[in-house]
Amino acid sequence: MTHTVLVTGVCRHIGARVAGALAADPGIARVIGVDTAPPPSPTRDGGLPLGRTEFVRIDLRTSDIARVIAAEDVDTVVHMSLVSGPAKSRSAMMEHNVIGTMQLLAACQRSATVRRVVVRSTTAVYGSSPHAPAVFTEDTEPVDVPHTGYAKDAIEVEGYVRGFARRRPDVATSTLRFANFMGPRVDSPLTRYFSQPVLPTVFGFDPRLQFVHEDDAVEVLCRMALEDHPGVFNVAGDGVLLLSQCVRRAGRPTVPVPSPAFEALGVFARNTGVVDFSPEQLALMSHGRAVDSSRLAAALGWKPKFSTAAAFDDFLRSHGIAGRWPLAMVEWLSGLMTRR
Amino acid sequence: MSEIPASDAVSGEDAQIIPISAARSASGSNGSGPQSADERLAELFAFLRRRVTGDYEIDEFGFDPELNDKVLLELIRPIYRHWFRVETLGVRNVPADSGALVVANHSGTLPVDALMMQVALHDEAHRAVRLLGAHLVYQLPVLGHLSRKTGHTLATPEDADRLLRKGELVGVFPEGFKGVGKPFSQRYKLQRFGRGGFVTAAIRAGVPIVPCAIVGAEEIYPKIGDFPMLARMLGVPYLPVTPFFPLLGPLGLIPLPSKWLIEFGEPIRTDTFDPADADDPLVVFNLTDQVREAIQHQLDALRLRRGPAFPPFF
Repeated sequence: MTHTVLVTGVCRHIGARVAGALAADPGIARVIGVDTAPPPSPTRDGGLPLGRTEFVRIDLRTSDIARVIAAEDVDTVVHMSLVSGPAKSRSAMMEHNVIGTMQLLAACQRSATVRRVVVRSTTAVYGSSPHAPAVFTEDTEPVDVPHTGYAKDAIEVEGYVRGFARRRPDVATSTLRFANFMGPRVDSPLTRYFSQPVLPTVFGFDPRLQFVHEDDAVEVLCRMALEDHPGVFNVAGDGVLLLSQCVRRAGRPTVPVPSPAFEALGVFARNTGVVDFSPEQLALMSHGRAVDSSRLAAALGWKPKFSTAAAFDDFLRSHGIAGRWPLAMVEWLSGLMTRR
Repeated sequence: MSEIPASDAVSGEDAQIIPISAARSASGSNGSGPQSADERLAELFAFLRRRVTGDYEIDEFGFDPELNDKVLLELIRPIYRHWFRVETLGVRNVPADSGALVVANHSGTLPVDALMMQVALHDEAHRAVRLLGAHLVYQLPVLGHLSRKTGHTLATPEDADRLLRKGELVGVFPEGFKGVGKPFSQRYKLQRFGRGGFVTAAIRAGVPIVPCAIVGAEEIYPKIGDFPMLARMLGVPYLPVTPFFPLLGPLGLIPLPSKWLIEFGEPIRTDTFDPADADDPLVVFNLTDQVREAIQHQLDALRLRRGPAFPPFF
């Protein structure tokens, strides 16, 4: 087997982990990592060891990617270069996400060697709405299509991926819609939110949240890079957590604010650079979202090792987040009452 | 703080939720044998400990069985028992552990009948009913998430199908706002049954339809008028005038203590149909009419059986 895998987005955490894991697989001949910025060095910046991954620094928005794919005899492409987090500007983020994907898919369409394309997407494409079904399957038509930010980019990216899959039916194209990543080293708007000392919530709403642990995400991406599973798949840990449950587990105090104020707070937080709170995140914090990931389980014969709750607890443990005073109060009361 | 081991998660959520709540309601409210005060206290603190640390499970629709059984139903039960003196009949028509669709008439200006039906099914049939609610409920703060926590969800074909296939007991009020907001003069006259979406869902999942008649809800807030302009401004389907509201202000919100009867009728089978029949409008219309007629008959008989709404006065 002469596998040459191209991984985009290796300067980000999940991308680096996938590249590292693929590089550790002896069945794969070469792993080529590309990104617009060099990956953080393992020794200086606490980056992850990428093993024998060959790094090529290219701007994804240019046609340089086509040259890499043509020159290096790439047969599998794992596209993870979707930016969700804080970007310098919205237009830069859109360009990176959408134009980057268009360039990559254009190169894949021309290539005679590419046999498999795996694209990272997000469950944010379903939006969050009080008018939508409680649980989304891959075939659910989104009711309120998100038209801002990352979710909109992801919808456009998926559109181009569908077009590519139609034009190149011989290439196994998989789209993975991941729930929010959670884990010790995940840095996302949501993990930053839960790291705050006081958590603002939207008054009168208690959204259902779903997480996928970074270990499971990496495993799914690696499996998809090695096997043909064309189609769209939801990836999420089992079960859901309510936001109220999350904050109780974190033991953090909450401040319920009415939703217009929450929005204003989000804009303020974004401008000050504390947390990136976009409109689609406001919708998530109001109405929540849950997806059905049984299609993935059936295709891979595999279940995530971490449930939503276990992934969140792992995140809390690794960050040392545990406010214990509510529990201490119950224990104190219990001691008081039973001593009598 | 307690952590859930990863292995717990793999075994599936429902398998855990249902036995836990069943066990608790058996040992708690039903009182299987005398419990010492110490045991009850210990149980209370165990409950509080779970609640403050978030160490409880909810299903994918947001149903929190522990909160529902131990707190919310406890709050509604006195109204069920002592205010409306609800009597529940035909409980044997509700399947004990498989999927079914309960279809009921809707009335009373405010959907109090949904709450009473929930208590009836929980206490008498030992089943958690999963009602399919209106969009409005899920848009509103507080109401939306309380509704999810008590096991209900938005009325969409996807959610109905998912719940029925999981073997849940799903409840619908096909009349919707037309039923709950109808004037007092129209009492006990069933309104149009939506577009028959509930029949489609039942045929597709192959579950029986259990017709349910609720008598008593019509008299709790007799709607004799409406403020259509104001209702439109507030974005609600209607703003009622009752003999006591808005005349007596908040006091007018106290429901009148009518006598209630809830009856579950003979299940109507749908497994005799081909699942493809769910897409045949004629089959759906006919079955919708059949269910509607069954409920109307049940309602008329049950109303006679109840007699006056406010015994011993009139």
